[in-house]
Amino acid sequence: MATLELSAIRKSFGPVEVLHGVDLAVADGEMIVIVGASGCGKSTLLRIAAGLEIPSQGRVRIAGRDVTALEPADRDIAMVFQNYALYPHMSVAQNMGYGLKIRGLPRAEIDRRVREAAALLGIEALLDRRPRQLSGGQRQRVAMGRAIVREPKLFLFDEPLSNLDAKLRVQMRAEIRRLQRRLGVTSLFVTHDQVEAMTLGDRLVVMHQGHAAQVATPMEIWAKPADTYVAGFIGSPAMNFLKGRLTEGGRAVALEAGPTIRFADGPRPGPEGLPLTIGIRPEHVRAEAGGLALTLTLDLVEPLGSEAVLHGRLPNGEALVVKLAGPGPRDGTLPVALPAEALHVFVAEGGRRLDPAGG
Amino acid sequence: MSTTEATQGLALPAEAAPPRRAGGSDRVAHAILLLGVVLFALPLWIVLMGSTHDAATIGRGEVPLLPGGHAVENYTAAWQRGGAGVPGGRMLWNSTVMALSIALGKIAISIISAYAVVFFRFPFRKAAFWSIFITLMLPVEVRIFPTFKVVSDLGMVNTYAGLIIPVIASATATLLFRQFFMTIPDEFVEAAKMDGAGPLRFFWDVVLPLSRTNMAALFVILFVYGWNQYLWPLLVATSADVETVVIGMVKMIGSEANTEWNIVMATCVLALLPPVAVVILMQRWFVKGLTETEK
Repeated sequence: MATLELSAIRKSFGPVEVLHGVDLAVADGEMIVIVGASGCGKSTLLRIAAGLEIPSQGRVRIAGRDVTALEPADRDIAMVFQNYALYPHMSVAQNMGYGLKIRGLPRAEIDRRVREAAALLGIEALLDRRPRQLSGGQRQRVAMGRAIVREPKLFLFDEPLSNLDAKLRVQMRAEIRRLQRRLGVTSLFVTHDQVEAMTLGDRLVVMHQGHAAQVATPMEIWAKPADTYVAGFIGSPAMNFLKGRLTEGGRAVALEAGPTIRFADGPRPGPEGLPLTIGIRPEHVRAEAGGLALTLTLDLVEPLGSEAVLHGRLPNGEALVVKLAGPGPRDGTLPVALPAEALHVFVAEGGRRLDPAGG
Repeated sequence: MSTTEATQGLALPAEAAPPRRAGGSDRVAHAILLLGVVLFALPLWIVLMGSTHDAATIGRGEVPLLPGGHAVENYTAAWQRGGAGVPGGRMLWNSTVMALSIALGKIAISIISAYAVVFFRFPFRKAAFWSIFITLMLPVEVRIFPTFKVVSDLGMVNTYAGLIIPVIASATATLLFRQFFMTIPDEFVEAAKMDGAGPLRFFWDVVLPLSRTNMAALFVILFVYGWNQYLWPLLVATSADVETVVIGMVKMIGSEANTEWNIVMATCVLALLPPVAVVILMQRWFVKGLTETEK
């Protein structure tokens, strides 16, 4: 199929720069999910790939061809919009075939492609209906169908699931993934939902304030977040952050909350006493008494059935969230331990990840 | 039409729904409604009845409230001969041409202007919009003499063009279409770009079909407006060829003592019919266009 290459993309709206030089290379057949909070520039990036926005600087290449100056229709791409953008006065079949009709394909060919796509999506029975007669999920399928019939080099999805209810969203998510694998079309998917991002993407781009904070596979991002923003954004409940300082020549961290913990994976470079932010995911905190245990004073317990999320405060006042299997205690205090191998180490200033020297 | 509608509206609550409050206040309400019906309907009724009597009856100063026996000859006379030299059929035709051209022309021009103002970015776009908007404040009467001068210099006095062109631009309709276009989601524009539809294609395939109900509603309003034009045709249409029925009726009455009131009334009824027909035929679309948007 095709690759997509965005190089050094900058975009300003008036005096405000919303993208500060984003690079991204999408491999053939890959599904890349751009995720981030609202206003991080993720939609703008997608719209630049689509040709709906012109980048202030940088180039867009699709299948090696520079398309920066081309109109959307000439880029051989298809886009699924958040509100589907189905023309209300056209039937489903007309909606799906409209782009082909404009390209001047013969009617029989349009008909064949529309029927094929409809069969693929299970919407054959809806072809004569109008969009307003369809449910949200059906509209979503039609919007997908409109993209598929064009047989594009590139699919672009602009938060296509955010108008669906939770159950349907999960179902359509799986469907989109299956379809994309089956068709093997290179895809760019924008969402603000980290679960959607984790489950859909071959790789994720976590956007933060107009930068690509990290580009990696979902598991890499989860296991080795590049900075505190990514660490806090991916994972639910969000990662805990505790203050500390580098000590013992870089081999350990002295937490403000009390204990000094030796790094499990080797010493960190940096001056003695360097302020650090230590991250630990709620599910990695262990409820056990022992040498390095801290006392957590619980102030809220959220039982979720198979597990419980406990919110509490450490003796020095820092908040800590713990996720435990089982119903968990109701209230009171809880001894907790922070396993050294589960710690993420970030430099406090700037939030950059601090990996072991040489590692 | 207004007679039947009003009486039906009156009958329904009285029969179907049980009275909410006993006695007095209900009767007062009905009395007021009845008075309203009489005020609206009686003149129409008198015209309708008057058009079925001979000239002598009305000439004697009687106001007939029951149908007479001269309907056919009165209407035939009104249609073929007319009251002031111009046949009623000719005047109705002129009115129809004028009203249709004004309504369709106003819709066509204003929808195109609104499309430009809403969907394109060009220098002085705001200025263009505001200058259209400001003309809302200027009724035809304000500019009637300069307009007449221009029209007469162009040799358009006593032509259809002279009747129609000076009133064919509509700031109101432009504004209405602009407001409607602004509710069309940006995604439609973007989806059309993806589909490769250029501006004309988008206008023809998406914007026009979406505007159908709005156009229908405007057509009703503008047709009636065009049909009822009075001051401008009075100035610019002085020959029988282009005389409209509204002007014709005024001229008939103007001929003092020997006014054939039966013919005037028949002409009046004839002049009523086209706007009523347009309203009835397009009622469903009209209401739809004013109340809902297709989305």
